[in-house]
Parts: sequence; structure tokens; C-alpha cells
Amino acid sequence: MHRRTLLALALFTGLTAPSMALAADDTIKIGLLATFEGPFTVLGEDGERGAMTAVAETNGTVAGKKIEIVKGSSDASPDSAVRAARKLVEQDGVKVLVGPLSGDEGLAVKDYAKTKPDVTFINGTSAAQDTTLRNPAENFFRFSTDGAQWMAGLGTYAFNDKGYKKVATVAEDYSFPYTQVFGFMAEFCKAGGHVPSKSWVPIGNKDFSSVIAAIPEDVDAIYVALGGADAVNFLTQYQQAGGTAPLIGGSITVDQTVLTSKGKLRDVLKGTPSAGPTADTNDAPAWKSFVAAYAKQPGAFPSPSLFAHGYYVNMKATLLALDQVGGDVSDGGKKLREALSKLSFDTPTGKVSLDKNRNAIADIFLTEVTEGSDGNLLNKLVKVVPQVNQTLGIPEDEFMKLGAVNRDNPSCP
Amino acid sequence: MSLATAADGAAPQQNWLDKIGAGHVILAVALLVYPLVASDFFLTQIAGYSMIFGVLSLSLMLLAGYGGMLSLAQITVAGIAAYAVAILGSNNSNVLGFGWPWWIVVPFAVAAAAVSSALIGWISVRTEGIYTLMITLAIATATFYFAQQNYAIFNGHSGYAGIHAPVFWGVNWRDPKPFYYLCLGLAMLSYAAVLYGSRSTFGMTLQAIRDNPRRMRALGYHVTAHKVFAWFLAGVLAGLAGVLLVWFNGRVSPGTIGVDVAIDILIIAVIGGLRHPIGPFVGAIVVILMQTFAIDIVGAERFNTLIGLVFLVIVFVSPDGILGLWGRIKPHLAQESLRAGP
Repeated sequence: MHRRTLLALALFTGLTAPSMALAADDTIKIGLLATFEGPFTVLGEDGERGAMTAVAETNGTVAGKKIEIVKGSSDASPDSAVRAARKLVEQDGVKVLVGPLSGDEGLAVKDYAKTKPDVTFINGTSAAQDTTLRNPAENFFRFSTDGAQWMAGLGTYAFNDKGYKKVATVAEDYSFPYTQVFGFMAEFCKAGGHVPSKSWVPIGNKDFSSVIAAIPEDVDAIYVALGGADAVNFLTQYQQAGGTAPLIGGSITVDQTVLTSKGKLRDVLKGTPSAGPTADTNDAPAWKSFVAAYAKQPGAFPSPSLFAHGYYVNMKATLLALDQVGGDVSDGGKKLREALSKLSFDTPTGKVSLDKNRNAIADIFLTEVTEGSDGNLLNKLVKVVPQVNQTLGIPEDEFMKLGAVNRDNPSCP
Repeated sequence: MSLATAADGAAPQQNWLDKIGAGHVILAVALLVYPLVASDFFLTQIAGYSMIFGVLSLSLMLLAGYGGMLSLAQITVAGIAAYAVAILGSNNSNVLGFGWPWWIVVPFAVAAAAVSSALIGWISVRTEGIYTLMITLAIATATFYFAQQNYAIFNGHSGYAGIHAPVFWGVNWRDPKPFYYLCLGLAMLSYAAVLYGSRSTFGMTLQAIRDNPRRMRALGYHVTAHKVFAWFLAGVLAGLAGVLLVWFNGRVSPGTIGVDVAIDILIIAVIGGLRHPIGPFVGAIVVILMQTFAIDIVGAERFNTLIGLVFLVIVFVSPDGILGLWGRIKPHLAQESLRAGP
């Protein structure tokens, strides 16, 4: 019995470890939520590099206070994102949280944000449309644009300049790729194009043979919106299956996280048009100095991926707003949120400001994959589409009538 | 005559305390007053979550420890209950959601889980050892992909969000303290039920079947029926845990019932130890604490390695899990107390 008592006491004390919510006065805790597990690990790690680039720019201090970054990890599933966010907010006591990385995670964290009005949430790179468009949370800000905005200019370019009339799509089966396909098709269908088949594959799929077999033979090109390991797997298998149709890339399909992979894949990817918030050969001085600063991070890619860019922009916005309010979040972050909603600043990729739903209006880059002088694949800048808003330039009420994005919307077979 | 009555009066009282055990009483009191000292985070995210996973692993312990049936489908059974709550109750995903009140939804969800569990049992009891593991793994994987790719019923990868725990008697049962007590109540009840059940006629028969099924069959017992009933009971426990899990998360998606989670449950049960119903709870606390705080210890890039190493060490040092570790330390402690004695 004596031993059992000991066991019970040991258990009891273990469970009551005090919460370490009390931060010292001269530090500001910022939560950083990204995917450090699962199929998007590489993406999450590059996101972290981007965020840390922004922190390094201010020498790790803001408004005279030291910045303390507390990391949380998810595996790209919404449950794990909410659990990690809860740990950061409720246990580590962060008042400002930057993240998460992927679409459904963003939707889940937005829902969680509604239950924590005193905490300010700033997006990482999650880009589902409805995170901010429908039913938004007052304390959730997105300085990176959404997946449909990233596609601005691509549909028209594919139809007019590339001459593709019929395009099949292959994309992952969750909210972010729905948003990307929506953004591409909105323009492509309007220009007169047709999309006879749409394939949705689960995240982390390894075998794409049935998907490849289902793609109609008479299409002019295939639009692919897959991320990380999924993109590499699909493109490799498509090539092995003897597929020859040219590709059109979703933003993260031709991202540095995919372009840096080795093998024959390189030949398939060359010449693939895409669009997104960044372009590797952008020669604006602001972009070049960002690339140089990013390159100092351990394990950096030859050029920052859009995850590094998205986390950088959001972390930068966070630090700018914190600086404006003198690092004071003691009022439940009210002043901080006011500063954030009025914030407009120059990023490495042009000016960013927020609309009334706290979603970014920013420049989008139309790109094409080429081989750089050092042999690395790069996204060559073709065109800049300036200041794209969330409704893609369509009046809001008209845009809302298009309906919420999902697997079947839009459609132009 | 009067002597006999006195003895009768005294004896049951002693039996009562002996039966429950002083350790249990102390543990129960400690758990009941725990909310006075713990933060909200430690109440729900650590203690509540541990108890939900403890009950889930307990349902595996019931099958594996007493019945010799190793299952990887416990999270699937819990997931059936969780999805049932989302579909029959209300959610904000604009898919299904019949809006039934919780006191119909919960029994329904638990019954659905228990029946499915019995079905899974019925399919798998004819196999043994690794083959049971493979069949249940196949069921878990199939259910995961079915949920992930079925949009009409399961709403695909996004699953269901906006599921609320009930509010009645003026209490919001998802608030930290009520939710903690809800989890604690369920954990204690399940623990007591399994402990009681293991000493009951059915429990004894089940253990005898585990040790020698052919002999039991020869004695005239219906081996398959006993095993399937054990699956049904395990399904009730897993179903209840599933209901609490969906209230805890406020949502359910295929990620909730993935194969990695199914393996987590097995790890919890093995780490804690399968010999006694307290094992799964000890295992759950260790695993949840590790999963939550490993990132603070070793940083974002390597924390899964640390979790793996700790598990390896525990299983290496004591194949019987933490309970086995305790069994090894106990004799030493007993000798210590002898030396220290007056």
C-alpha cells in the first residue's frame, strides 16, 4: 500500500506541473505553427526559414523587447493543427500566433480563433478561400494571398499564349487545391477553354497509376496542383507511364520544394507555366535582398519557396504591427489588431494591404520553369499581375454568386 | 446470536475497503482534487485527452490482455461513434447533421460503435496473433480511406467541424472543469467495469479461452460467442471514448482515425502494460506528455526521434511496459523498507 501511495503521488505531481504562461516583461512570445511532420514536412521547414528571416531582420527584437519564438507542429491534418494551436495559446501563453501552413488547417484554426478573441492569429501560408471570404474570424489576418488569387493571369495565359483549349486537372483532395483549380478555371473557362476531367487524389497518395489512366488522351495539357512529395510522385509516375502532354502548374507544384528534387523530373518540368506569389528570377532589388537574407538560414533552398515567402510576409506584418503598438498586447491585442488591419507595407514582392475581411491584396507573378545558369530549375518571371484582390477583380456580389469552391464548382466540361 | 450479528456487521466493512484497495481510494481523491491545482490546459489537453486515450487503450487491453486478441481497429470503432455524433447531431459543415438532441445521439453513437466492433470481432476471431493484427489493420486502413474519399457521408478530407458538447443542467460540458470530470467519470467507470468484469464468470471464461481455447471448446463453451461478446464490450468503451473525443476536438476528420493513431493506441497499451487495466492509463499519460512537450525539449526537427527513442527504451528495459517496470522495482523497494525499519 505504501508503494501504491507513492505511485499515486508521483502521478499526481507529474500532472500538476505548473503552466509556464508567465513571460518576462522584456520578451514577446510569438507562436509559430507549421507542419514539421507528415507529407508537408519539407514545406513546413521552409516556412520556418521564412519566418526566421523576418525575425533576423529585426535582430530578434521588436519595440525594444526580445522576440521569443515558440514552435508548434502539425501533420497537415486540421485536428493536429488545432491541438498544436491550443498548446501554444493555452500552455505557452502566446498572444500572437503565426500559422498554419495548409488549407484545411487554416479553416480549423480560424474556427479556433473565434473561441480565443484575446489572441491574434496571423496566417502562415494556408490559402483556402473560405478562411477569410466566408464566415471570417475577427482576429484572423492573412497577409499572404489565397490560392485562387495565386492563379491570377494563368488561365488566360494558358488559353491565349499557349493555345491550350482542353485541359484536364489533377489536384489533391482538400480545400487549398479546390481553391487553386477554382482560380485557374475562373479565367480559363471565361476565355473559352474546357476542362473535361478533374481528378482529386488524397494527400500522401503514393500510387497514381489509376489517376494517370483516367486522364483523357485528347487533352492539350494537364493542370497539376499537388504539393511536396505528392507532386514528385505524380510527375515521376506520369513520365514513367509515357505521358507527354505539357503541364500547367499549380503554385506549389513548381515550387522550390519540388524543383530541387533530383532525377529525370527536371525535363518534364521545364517550360511549365504557373503563377503564384513569388517568381525566382524577379530582379526587383527588394526581392534580391530578401533572397540573400533567406540564404543565411540553415538548409535554405537555392531560392525561397512560396512557403518561406508567405511565412516571411506574415511574420514581417506581425513584427511591424507589434512595433507600432510598442509591443503592447496587454489589452487583449485590441490595439495590435487595429494596427494590423490598417497595415500596408512593401514586401519583397510588392505592396501588400488588407481588405475588409483581413485578406491580402498583392501582386501575383506569372512564371515559367527554366534552367538557371547554375543548373538549378527556376521560375522565370513572365508577367506581374498587379494588386489582385480576393474576388479576382470581379465585383463582390457577382463573385459570391459563383458559390463556395468545392470539387464540382466551377465546371466547364 | 448477537455475536454473529456483530461479526456480520463488521466483516463487510473491512471487505469493502480491502476490495477497493487503499491505493485506489488515494488515486481517486487525488484525481478529484486535481482541478484545484492544474491549469485549464493541463485539465483538458493533458489529463482529459490522456483519459480519453486511456479508455480507448483500455478497450484494447480488454481484448488483448484478457482475450489474447490484438486489435488495431479500436480508433476505427471510436471514429464510428465520433462520426455518428457529427452526422446525427449538429455541425457547421453544411453536410448532413440531423440535429438530434445529445441524449439520443450518444446512445445511438455508442450502440453503433459497439455493434460495428462486434462485427469486426466476428470477422477476426477465427484468426490468431499476427493475423488478427493484419485483419484489423486492413479494416482500420479501409475505413480511413473510405472516410477520406466519401463526400456524401463523411465529407472527405475536411470532415466535420463545429460539433459542440451538450449544455445541460446549466453546465457547458466542454468547459475545462466539467469536461475534466466527464472524462474522469468515464475513465473511472470503465476502469472499475473492466476490473470487475475480469473477475466475473465471463471474464474468467474469457481468460481461460485465451489460455486454452481447444480445452474450453471441449468443455462445451461457445468460444466464438465469448470472443465476439468481448469485442462488443470493448466496442462500448471505444464508442464512449469516441464521443468524448469528438467533443474534445469539436471536429472529426479522417486524420482523427488514421493508421498512425491506430498504432498510437497500440503503443499506449504496450508502453503502459497489458497485465492490468491501470496500464493503458499510465501509458496514455506518458505518450500524451511526450507528444505535447517533446518539441520544447529537442526542437521542431527532431522531436519524433526522441519520442521513438523513449518508447524503445521503455520496451527494451521492460517488455511488460511501465507496469512491468514497477513489478521489477517493487521487490527492491520492499527490501529497502526492511532495511530502514526499526
